[in-house]
Parts: sequence; structure tokens; C-alpha cells
Amino acid sequence: MHFPSLNAIIEGLLFVSDGPTTLDRLTELLPDYERASVRLAIQELRDDYEQRGAGIHLVEVAGGWQLRTVPELMPYLSRMVKGKPARFSQSALETLAIVAYRQPITRQEIEYLRGVDTGAVLKSLLEKKLVKIMGKKDIPGRPIIYGTTKEFLEVFNLKDLKGLPTLREIQSLDETPIFEVQEELPLGGE
Amino acid sequence: MSHTAETEPISLFEGATHGYSVKLDAFEGPLDLLLHLIRKNEVDIYDIPVALITRQYLDYLKLMKELNLDLAGDFLVMASTLLQIKSRMLLPMPEPEEGEGEEQEDPRAELVRRLLDYQRYRDAGLELGACELLGREVFVRPCSDGCCLEGLAAMDDGPLELDLFELSEAFNQLLARVPLARAHEVAAQETLSIVDAINEILTRLEGQHSLEFGILFLDDMSRERMIVTFLALLELCRIKLVKIMQNSRYGAIHIFPSVLATDEVGVTDALSFT
Repeated sequence: MHFPSLNAIIEGLLFVSDGPTTLDRLTELLPDYERASVRLAIQELRDDYEQRGAGIHLVEVAGGWQLRTVPELMPYLSRMVKGKPARFSQSALETLAIVAYRQPITRQEIEYLRGVDTGAVLKSLLEKKLVKIMGKKDIPGRPIIYGTTKEFLEVFNLKDLKGLPTLREIQSLDETPIFEVQEELPLGGE
Repeated sequence: MSHTAETEPISLFEGATHGYSVKLDAFEGPLDLLLHLIRKNEVDIYDIPVALITRQYLDYLKLMKELNLDLAGDFLVMASTLLQIKSRMLLPMPEPEEGEGEEQEDPRAELVRRLLDYQRYRDAGLELGACELLGREVFVRPCSDGCCLEGLAAMDDGPLELDLFELSEAFNQLLARVPLARAHEVAAQETLSIVDAINEILTRLEGQHSLEFGILFLDDMSRERMIVTFLALLELCRIKLVKIMQNSRYGAIHIFPSVLATDEVGVTDALSFT
């Protein structure tokens, strides 16, 4: 095999790129190679990192591929990385979850689900680019509708929206930790 | 949540007497508080003893007031909802009329639905929070602005495309700098046309690599002039004669001539509203 191999080239491209790189983009950058071989090379590269027990791995996130450090390195890396680590309040997480699962959604709908005013939380999520305005709903008053962004997928390490954890079913109400265990609940329809 | 609550019979005034081991501000809202009360009392969520829960709920509100916590209006709304449900449950149910096959809904049904929904999303939120977050558990090679391989020269991937939300925010900031005219003149002022503004922008962009958003709006511009210029910019964007980008988040906004910009005759033709 001559050097550099396709794997090496892709490794280099992924190393320099600033965000997740899609398969489309890689194929575009590598006109001499077939899409299928690019895809195969990505997979080989990913397996390679894994088998080596490397400090970085290749993950599929926000529709593209990105080199990220493995979570086990967290205690070592957080010492070096400047700035505060990402922190989310419970209200921010709740709101994000509602937007993520129910998008496109209006602020009124979010507030009905949460039972509290959500203006400030929504604003800060907009500023953090985790949530975006998707347009206006075609109902009286034309309220703004919100959805999650690509940055949301990047930050939460998700491949796409389908990668969201599935919503817990009502039956497992009693599984929530921290609270005292409840007796089995009768299962009624919603 | 004290573990004693599991073994000892629950006193109604538990909260007021020896205090909860729960921080009050830990409740995200009335639904969160209600769920906590339901769990603490170990009652069935589908058969909530409204009187008991309402009393404890109101005790909480009282306690919050004593602690001088800002009582959000949402908590009061829920209190009145609870009281309404309670009073509706005291009233005898009207006999279901013939032909109206459906049974009367339990007054608590909607609340139960909301509680379950809320609980689901709250748990989903916690699960999201437990993800391996970028910048917390996992890291990527940092990109220092300016030294990116694909810098301003190659616009494909380098600068971030801007969304309307940010652009209008930037415009509002600019507009705020210009004082509102105190007197309004009805006399014929210079007429402002979007086409003129478009041509002006294009002329200023000519031969330039890019133009900064703030520079586009000259200091001596009137509000009307600025608005027209902004509308012109949006129009140029729509007909794809310029690209508006930022080279970093919250960075300066730049306007780039698009390759398509050729002759000005084409511009006026492309304008649908003139």
C-alpha cells in the first residue's frame, strides 16, 4: 500500500477540520476516491482508534464525523482546558428536552408543559445557539416556533435527533432515583 | 427528602415544623413541587387526594413567603387550579344524560396528564444532562480564530453563516445608537428608495473584499435611511448578490459580494417590488 493511504488522508482532514465533517464533504474533498471507499476508510479508522485504546476516538456527531477525546480522559483534560466546563441548570435541561422532543414548538406550549415562565431560559438557550427560531406557526397570533440546532447535537454528543434517549414510559414512574420508591402504579391510559 | 418520611406517618405540618431537607429553590415550578408532594406522601398519581396535597402545597407557599422567596406567579396559578379541582370534587357529578355516552371526566384528569408529561420531560432533561457533553467530558481540538486553515479566503466552511435572528439583533443595536427624532417634519424629505440603497451598497462593495456591517451604516444616517439600508441588505441577500457572514460567534458581521454580482441592470430587474 502506498503512502499516504486513504485512511491517513481522512485522518488528517478530520484532524484539521473545525467541526464534524460529513461524508458528503469528505467525498467532495477527495474526488479521486469512491464514496464507498471513503465510508469504509472512516469505519476502519474508527475501529483502529478503538482497538488501539487511543485517547481520541472517531465519533459520528451532528451528521458528521469528528475526532473527540474519550470521556475517560475527562479528569486529566479538564485541568488543562481553560474556561468553565459546560453546565446546565435543571430548567435549561428541561426546556431543551421539551424543545428537542416536541419541535417545532411554541413558547406557550413549552410553558404549559413546564408550568412555569420560560422566557429567560429560552433566551439563554438561543444565545448559546442550542435552540433556534424556526419560523412562525400558522395559527392566530403567529407565535414563534423553536427547534434545536446543529450545535445542540454537537454539544450533547448526538448523531442526530433520532439519537435522543427514548422518552421514558409512564410505567417507569417509580424508577426515578433520589426519591423514595413508590408502589407499583396501576397502568391507565394517558 | 428525609428517609424518615418512609417510615413515620406523614404529618401535615412536617414542612412547617422541622423543615424539609429539600432546598426550596430546587423546585423548578409548581408541577415539580406537586410531583414531590405526591411522592413524599406515597399516593397514587392517578388518584390524588386533592385535599391533602392542596393543603401541603399551600403550606409550601406559606413557607416560601416566610423565607422571603420571590413567589412566582406560576405557583399561585397552580394553587388556584388545585382549589378549583378540590371544589369541583365536592360537587355531585351531574347524571350522565342519555345519548351522551361518555362519562364525565375526573376533574383531576388534566392535572394528572400534565404531571406525567412534565415528569417525562424532566427525566429526559436529566438524561440529556448525563450525556457526555462537549467541553465537560469530551473535548475537541480547539479552533483558534484566524489561524484556521480555511479562513476568510475560503468561505465555504470558514466563516459562519449568519441567521436572521443575529442579523436583526445587530441592526437593533445600531438603531439604538441613533436618537429618535423629536420633531417630525412633514416636508418633502429626500426620497428613500430601496433600489438606491442597494446600488449604494453595491458601489461601496465594489473592489472591496468585504464590508463590515457597522461601517455600512454611516454615523450621520437618519433612522429612516438606516432602515432602508437594512431592507436593501436583506433584499440583496434574498437575491443572492451578497453573503453575510461572521468569522466567529458573536464576532463582527461582514458582508461579502457574491460572485454573481455583475451588472447593476440585473439588480433592478431582479427586484420584484419596484
